[in-house]
Parts: sequence; C-alpha cells; structure tokens
Amino acid sequence: MRYLTILLFCLLPVFSYAGEAKDIAENPVLEKRMIGLAENLRCLVCQNESLASSHADLAEDLRREVREQMQKGMSDQEIINYLVSRYGDFVLYDPPVKKTTMVLWYGPFALLLIGVGVLIYQLRKRKSQIAETDLSDEDARRAAELLNETPELHKQPKDSQA
Amino acid sequence: MMRFILPFVVFMIVAAFLYVGLSLDPREVPSPLVGKAAPAFTLPQLRDPSKKFSPQDMKGKVWLLNVWASWCSACKEEHLVLMDLSRQNLVPIYGMDYKDKREDGLAVLREAGDPYTLAVSDIEGRIGIDYGVYGVPETYVIDKQGIIRYKQIGPVTAQNLRDKIIPLLAELQSK
Repeated sequence: MRYLTILLFCLLPVFSYAGEAKDIAENPVLEKRMIGLAENLRCLVCQNESLASSHADLAEDLRREVREQMQKGMSDQEIINYLVSRYGDFVLYDPPVKKTTMVLWYGPFALLLIGVGVLIYQLRKRKSQIAETDLSDEDARRAAELLNETPELHKQPKDSQA
Repeated sequence: MMRFILPFVVFMIVAAFLYVGLSLDPREVPSPLVGKAAPAFTLPQLRDPSKKFSPQDMKGKVWLLNVWASWCSACKEEHLVLMDLSRQNLVPIYGMDYKDKREDGLAVLREAGDPYTLAVSDIEGRIGIDYGVYGVPETYVIDKQGIIRYKQIGPVTAQNLRDKIIPLLAELQSK
C-alpha cells in the first residue's frame, strides 16, 4: 500500500503537466510569422514594449487576433491596416510619411543642413580672421622673447622643489 | 551683444519645446476612430444575456458608450461621476463591461449603483479591440448618425464633463 502511494506521488508531475503555450505548438510557422510582425508593432499599454514581448492583457488579445487573421489567410499588410484603423499610426514603430510626420522624417536632415551651413560660415569667417593677423617686427620679437622665457618659468619651481 | 542673444534665443526655443512636451500625456493616443462610424457589434446584455444590444438600436440618438470593468480601479472613481451624470438625465449612458466576469460586473452595479441605461458584456474583449480600447475606462460620444465624435481615454471627471462632454452633447443633440 505504501509503495503504491509513493508510486502515485511519483506520477503526480505527469498529471500536473500543464497544457500551456498550446498555440505555439499548434503551428510553429504561423507563430513565427506572428512574432515577426508583432515585433514591429508597439504595445499600447506598455508603450516601450513591442506587441511581441509585452505581457499586457491587451497585447495577448492582439496577438490572438493577429494569429486568427493569419489563419484566415490575411496578408501582413492587411493585418497592419486592421490594427492601424483601430489604434492609429501609434502602433507602428515605423510611422508613414504624412503631413503630420514631415518634421519627424525630414527634421533631422534639415537640422543637419543648418549645422553644415553654420559650420561653413564659421570656417570661412575664421579663415578671413587668420589672414588678417600680420605681425609687425616688434610683435614678432616680443613673441619670440615670451616663447623663450616660458620653458624657464616652468623649470624654476621644479628645481626649487628638488 | 550677439554673443548673448543667440544662445538665449536657442535656449528659449528648446525650453518652449520641453515645456510643451511636459504637458503632453504619452498615454493619450489620438484615436483614428473619432469622426468615423462607431463599429457595429451585437453583444449580450449584462443583466439578461439572452437579450442582445447593438449600436444600430441607437440611431437618431446621441449617446455615451462607457467601457468599464470590475477589475479596473480607475473605474470606481469614474463610477461616481457617471452616477451623477445619469441623475441629470442629459444623455443615455451605455456601459460595456470589458473582459470581465458577468457576476463581478453585476456585483459592481449592485453595490455602487447602476448609471447605465443598459450594460452589455464583452467577455473576450473583441469588441473592445474594434473600438481601439487599450486602457479602461474609455468613453465614446456617439452622435445621431452613429459617428464617434469624441473619445475620452481614462476616467471621465466632473471637470471634463463640464468643459468638453456636456457642451458637445448639447451641440450634437441640437443638430
């Protein structure tokens, strides 16, 4: 009797083996396609997570929806359109070029152009400034004197320390 | 002088952008459904699941569709506001009990009062997806032609009832 009980307990894990993640096992190809698509879509609940990685309830529902639509034979683009018509462009990590997204798409290039413009302007200005600085003989002699002096100034404290 | 003006101007522009950015709520995603027809559905009524409800039944009336659930804590706060609104008899409020057990939904209405002309249950949350629901509670203002005119994301408060929803209802009802 005791051995039978022990045997039963040993078998317990077999019975408790959960049938979770059934959907994935059912059709691995479809699941892979769904994850591939969902990775490029944003979860609306945890906005910094993709639809593929989010554990939010809504993300699970949306993955189920995407899975079902794939089973119905809808194309990726059709499914994306389906989601955009309900949640807006916000679900796309790659927003389309529109009037409202012009700044987003072209703003960085405009800033780059402005930056290049400023840089060229500054360089030109500096070039003309450099050209202007002609040293007189007196200035040149003083400069040479100062330059010769410097090493000694640096040496002195070192010597005194030693 | 230019040395000081230019950095100051740049600073002010950046500050203006940041200031506007601070006042935006990233959780509020503009719904593409505003201005479009409310998606059709047929759902069982919460009190009597053998009876159905469909937005088609509401043609010719301005109404509110409020998405709520017993598990949603923000809904409890909103519930009081909706109770108040229902007492004013300005507009029929229809509730959609979203991803909820029927008994839990009914318990809320029993304990906290029932502001709804009628409540339906969307147990699996499929109709919620059609309406672009992503954070309960959400409330839709639907006009006589069945077009969504406004979507409130998050709880309806006394303030946005006064500032937005009630004036909009008056405008839509007079059309």
